[in-house]
Amino acid sequence: MLKVTSIRKGIVIDHITSGKGLKIFQKLNLDKVDTPVVLLMNVMSNKLGRKDIIKIQDHVDVDLTILGLIDPNITINIIENDTIVEKMKIEIPTKVTGMIKCKNPRCITWTDDYVVPEFTLVRNGDIQYRCSYCEELTKYEL
Amino acid sequence: MNLQGRHFIDPNDFTLEEIQSILDLGLEIYKNPLEYDDICKGKIMGTLFYEPSTRTRLSFESAMLRMGGKVLGFSDANTTSVAKGESIADTIRVLDSYADILIMRHPREGAPKLASQYSSVPVINAGDGGHQHPSQTLTDLITIQYYKGAISNLNVAFCGDLLFGRTVHSLIRTLTKYPKITFTLISPKELKIPHHLRLDLMQFPDIKIIETDSLEEHISEIDILYMTRIQKERFFNEEEYVKLKDSYILNRDKLVGAKEDLLVLHPLPRVNEISYDMDDEPRSKYFQQAKLGVYARMALMALLLGVTK
Repeated sequence: MLKVTSIRKGIVIDHITSGKGLKIFQKLNLDKVDTPVVLLMNVMSNKLGRKDIIKIQDHVDVDLTILGLIDPNITINIIENDTIVEKMKIEIPTKVTGMIKCKNPRCITWTDDYVVPEFTLVRNGDIQYRCSYCEELTKYEL
Repeated sequence: MNLQGRHFIDPNDFTLEEIQSILDLGLEIYKNPLEYDDICKGKIMGTLFYEPSTRTRLSFESAMLRMGGKVLGFSDANTTSVAKGESIADTIRVLDSYADILIMRHPREGAPKLASQYSSVPVINAGDGGHQHPSQTLTDLITIQYYKGAISNLNVAFCGDLLFGRTVHSLIRTLTKYPKITFTLISPKELKIPHHLRLDLMQFPDIKIIETDSLEEHISEIDILYMTRIQKERFFNEEEYVKLKDSYILNRDKLVGAKEDLLVLHPLPRVNEISYDMDDEPRSKYFQQAKLGVYARMALMALLLGVTK
């Protein structure tokens, strides 16, 4: 069985829906950090059946907004001296600036490089974001 | 209530009381135009029309000239620095020092909102793609107010292109603020109201909505019939446009059973959706609507500029 040792100091991104780990790894640009990083895929989980985990040694800036967009089930553990000092539950962001491309091809955000699209969460059975410029609803997709 | 310095991008930017104050002032100017003929002396209105328009631009120009102000601007983006790739933010940060109020039409949805974020003077949205056309909404409301006396307890029907028709979206949103309004939405299934507008309407459980593809079935219940043009420029696909363009053509025969005090409105220009035989029908008010629109725009600009008689 594959064994990955625990980290003394760093960040563990846990409970990632199985299959989304690699995308999150890429979105967080973890291939570009110079500290040790481990991506575990299809790990057994009591809660999820299977899950992915990312372990980052030492602290790096992690964009919580993008994690909430990709997978709101995620938990983040901050590790100091071998123990979890903080546990954070990710939430679906209510406001998102950039990151999402408005799906409306007539929207000003498609042609004006100056404008940064802003979106507000709309829960209508589905999770969608309303563009502050054209009001069209867009679903975030990986 | 003070509207001085505000932008007018979306009808929801203004409360019902604020909208009503514009309509009341518009009708006051309509009745006593000479009392207001120099209230904008020394003011300059800039028109930024990135998309062709005849009546909206001329209506704004007429409004400013009737208040003693001056106008400058462009009506063809291809002859300006925009054609060289200048961003809206840069254009606005220059032009807001040339004029006291800016009127913007743009084919891209949300462009006037972007302009308002960089402008030090009021920006008025004169139409952005298929999104909003709030000054047309004031035109529509002032006409309803003038002929009906009040905007309440009305069955307002919208007929034609409800998907891309920005005048429809703006007017529907604003009418949700008024009491006892029923919406009868008449369109082919391909041109029903957009999903985001439908979601907004669902927040108003007291508003009754009837969706249908038949004008004839509902004509007897309607107080206001708002006709729209199927706009060729909003389609990416010519074939789809040809299929839908003649979906509804209003003529006198279709008014059989309609109320005597029905108002037939249209934002203009029309193509063939209202037959010429309707023009001398007393219930057709679309040309009077265009006329009243000048007074609504006069009132809007006077209040945003903070000028009084």
